[in-house]
Amino acid sequence: MASQVTAGPAVEDGGAPGISAKYEAVIGLEVHAQLLTESKMFCGCRADYAQMPPNTNVCPVCMGLPGALPVMNRKAVEYTILTALALNCTIPEESKFDRKNYFYPDLPKGYQISQYDMPLSLNGHLSFELEGRRVRAGITRVHLEEDTGTLQHAGSVLHTAASSAIDYNRCGVPLMEIVGEPDLRSAEEAREYLVRLRQILTYLGVNDGNLETGSMRCDANVSLRPPGDSQLGVKVEIKNMNSFRAVHRAIQYEIARQAGLLDMGEKPLQETRGWVETESRTVSQRTKEYAADYRYFPEPDLPPLQISRQLVEEITSQMPELPEQKAARLVTQFGLSSYEAGVLTATRASADTFEAVVAGGLPPQAASRWLLGDVAKLETEHRTRLAESGLGVAGLVRLGNLVEKGSINGTTAKALLEELFLSGGDLDDLVQSRGLSMVSDAAELRRMAEEVIAANPKSVADFQGGKEAALQSLVGGVMKLTRGRADARAVTQLLRELLSAE
Amino acid sequence: MTAAVAGTGNWSITRLAQALEKKELSSEELTGAALDSIDTWEPALHAYLSQMREHALDSARASDRARLADEKVSLLSGIPIALKDVLCLENQPVTAGSRLLEGFTSPYTATAVARLKAAGMVFVGKTNCDEFAMGSSTENSGYGPTGNPWDPACSPGGSSGGSAATVAARSVPCSLGTDTGGSIRQPASLCGVVGFKPTYGRVSRYGLIAFASSLDQIGPFTRRVEDAALLYREMAGADPMDSTTLSDPVEDPVPQLSAGVAGLRLGVPREYMGSALSPGVRAAVEAAIALYQEQGAIIEEVSLPSTDLGLSTYYVIAPAECSSNLARFDGVRYGNRLPSELAPLTEMYLETRRKGFGPEVKRRIMLGTYVLSHGYYDAYYRKAQQVRSLIANEFSTVFSKVDALIAPTSPSVAFPLGAKSDALSMYMCDVLTVPVNLAGLPGISIPCGFEDGLPVGLQVIGPRLADAMVLRVAHAYEEASGWKDEAPKLPHTLTTGEAL
Repeated sequence: MASQVTAGPAVEDGGAPGISAKYEAVIGLEVHAQLLTESKMFCGCRADYAQMPPNTNVCPVCMGLPGALPVMNRKAVEYTILTALALNCTIPEESKFDRKNYFYPDLPKGYQISQYDMPLSLNGHLSFELEGRRVRAGITRVHLEEDTGTLQHAGSVLHTAASSAIDYNRCGVPLMEIVGEPDLRSAEEAREYLVRLRQILTYLGVNDGNLETGSMRCDANVSLRPPGDSQLGVKVEIKNMNSFRAVHRAIQYEIARQAGLLDMGEKPLQETRGWVETESRTVSQRTKEYAADYRYFPEPDLPPLQISRQLVEEITSQMPELPEQKAARLVTQFGLSSYEAGVLTATRASADTFEAVVAGGLPPQAASRWLLGDVAKLETEHRTRLAESGLGVAGLVRLGNLVEKGSINGTTAKALLEELFLSGGDLDDLVQSRGLSMVSDAAELRRMAEEVIAANPKSVADFQGGKEAALQSLVGGVMKLTRGRADARAVTQLLRELLSAE
Repeated sequence: MTAAVAGTGNWSITRLAQALEKKELSSEELTGAALDSIDTWEPALHAYLSQMREHALDSARASDRARLADEKVSLLSGIPIALKDVLCLENQPVTAGSRLLEGFTSPYTATAVARLKAAGMVFVGKTNCDEFAMGSSTENSGYGPTGNPWDPACSPGGSSGGSAATVAARSVPCSLGTDTGGSIRQPASLCGVVGFKPTYGRVSRYGLIAFASSLDQIGPFTRRVEDAALLYREMAGADPMDSTTLSDPVEDPVPQLSAGVAGLRLGVPREYMGSALSPGVRAAVEAAIALYQEQGAIIEEVSLPSTDLGLSTYYVIAPAECSSNLARFDGVRYGNRLPSELAPLTEMYLETRRKGFGPEVKRRIMLGTYVLSHGYYDAYYRKAQQVRSLIANEFSTVFSKVDALIAPTSPSVAFPLGAKSDALSMYMCDVLTVPVNLAGLPGISIPCGFEDGLPVGLQVIGPRLADAMVLRVAHAYEEASGWKDEAPKLPHTLTTGEAL
């Protein structure tokens, strides 16, 4: 029964068993990313429209008023080329914009300025490690277009809503489209591809990588075919996935749904389906019979673009170190494990923090331990980055180094870390005023040990009589005298020496 | 009318400016006379879709104050001008001759208009035109046709018919029009005035309601070539708001206007002198050619073999662009939204566009939608672009041999309103003007005689960016011929007193 199939597969347990043997999933992702430019794609309005009251970030150009004309944002072109180069694309010398014609209330001109047959870049790839394997996913193209406005329906969808309100603030924000080849073979690969892509975009500083707010959006094309078959199966496009988890679950669900249909000898329809998070399933949005004819033609209001090789070289020279290269360098340069390096380079900010801490003078291993451990915990708990915390990068370096030198012990350091992180303050003053520094003076420690030995003849006799445990109470006595500011192992060693000498 | 203004109807802008400068005349008087003349002619012509009497008089008084205060003002300050109603002026209505935009007010000013405003020019009103500039007679206006001052039962041509008619009627010394396939030159020809279409990209299109973006160009209507040069000079030049404007420096056409044509090579394209010309047009143009020869020009017959492909090429490219340009008129943000009560989205789109657009606009939207459709793009749009290149290349080849081309502007003189009921015969009006737009060249139409009491126009075409040459060649003819002083008479039905 078809209804069982569509509702059936449990998404959480990794999909129905046996699918991988019977069918091969073929997945390609189309990712839209708003560019972090100052202004919109074709006018002077701000590209950052968040928090603005509806329809206050508009002008004749982005509202499509009669007579208005677009003027290209150069920065957006440069960001797109930068991204394309990071994704190993080639940059043709000539490019142009085209009009994609369709009617929708969020599209004020009745066409979207996009790129059709001469995009800014072509033929790239993104490769990454996943479960010990190397995955290489082709990038068809990275091109540039403009975002639309946003609709609020009094009802669920436009065509049945009692009324709809339109906000044009987002209209004309530069939107980069990264079209992936159908080279991904599982929901896991698709998710990892998206994670890596977001990492690159945020490293480049061209996009903020937020799937929830939609500044980064992902659609997936999913089809199944017999393993080893070179023909592509019927393609289903999935939309409305607003998190990495949603992408993973929606693709898993879709693979299982299509497999169920194929098992019953049915063919999936070529259609667009939307992921419904609350129901954990995809639902049909439109089938191919309604596929629009966009009547693409060259945008006559914008002259064709000549992309000089000099510009490409300039942009190439501004390319920052990308996450995978950076992780590899952290392993070779600082001797970190690839796991540590991977986590530390997850975002450009965290990688930069690590490098700043090491540059500040904390040994790399200690830096990694602190950042991945207690600092990460505090950052998550209090939603504050180290650099913006009371401690700061320099504070962590000093605190870490006090531990390295044995000036304070680990327990003290952790307490200080949290206090400074939350409230700030001078590390040295705190250590000084609270007498937190370790009793590292050997003569002082020896005097205390002798005092404890003298005061506890019974424990001394028990120890010397062979009761090893008796030593622990003597160690405890010394630690009490130092108010915990001594290294317990060193105290144990010292007591052994004193007692055996007696 | 004050004594100072009487008889100034035929004056050039330069002469009016001198009178203003010497305080023999105030802009307020001049503007008041223009507004009165418009009112006098309007029952016969219907040249205007909106008038701006108070706005105009305020601007005029501001200009007068500036002159009285001896502020350094532009030559153009205080000169009245009318605007084709496809050009946006802040807080003023703009309809593009369409019922769909009835009541719409633009919140901003077109660049070309803003430059004239900065020079102190006085805007008196918005003129009638074919809906969205699609037509050659003004009969496609959603607000009724404009009459020709030489015979109000005849068309003034189009699409900028209102702008041509009001200048021909001597109501205003100048106006602006737009030319996509001949919409300045053809009405200039039919109304016996000067109409200049600059090189594509010379005048910003920002704030011009687009018909076909790759062809549209703003230009002036005047009674003198020199006046056209003055307006062109003020408007031309790169605009950061229009990426298709050219960065090449603007050559001032005024100093070389009187350089004459002695020694210049002027080509007469064989294909433009074909059998379709009416006898009077042919005779007038041949006489003009002879006059050029007398002035020392070297006349050469040249060939532009693809001329006959111009119209069909144009009627693929222009509708394709307009089908997309007019998509924004969907009732969502501005203009007349229909039905007036709440309706489903699709119904709103359909009703708004079905009732808002006239038949010619719908015809072109359908044509354009068709030629861009999947499976037809290569056969129509791509092929048309190839022919467009061919036409441009033929002009380039010819211009390696001659300095400018001279030809008729329109195959015939003004025709009675209602006479051209089928679309094709109307399209044929532009057969001699369309190739110039396809090649992006500068072209001008100047009066060169009459046929049965109706004006004939002579077209001068130059190479790309040779706008100054076109104006110079036109000026030489204007000086040598006597047509510039010929003015239409106010129809007897309207004669209430002394005509200007």
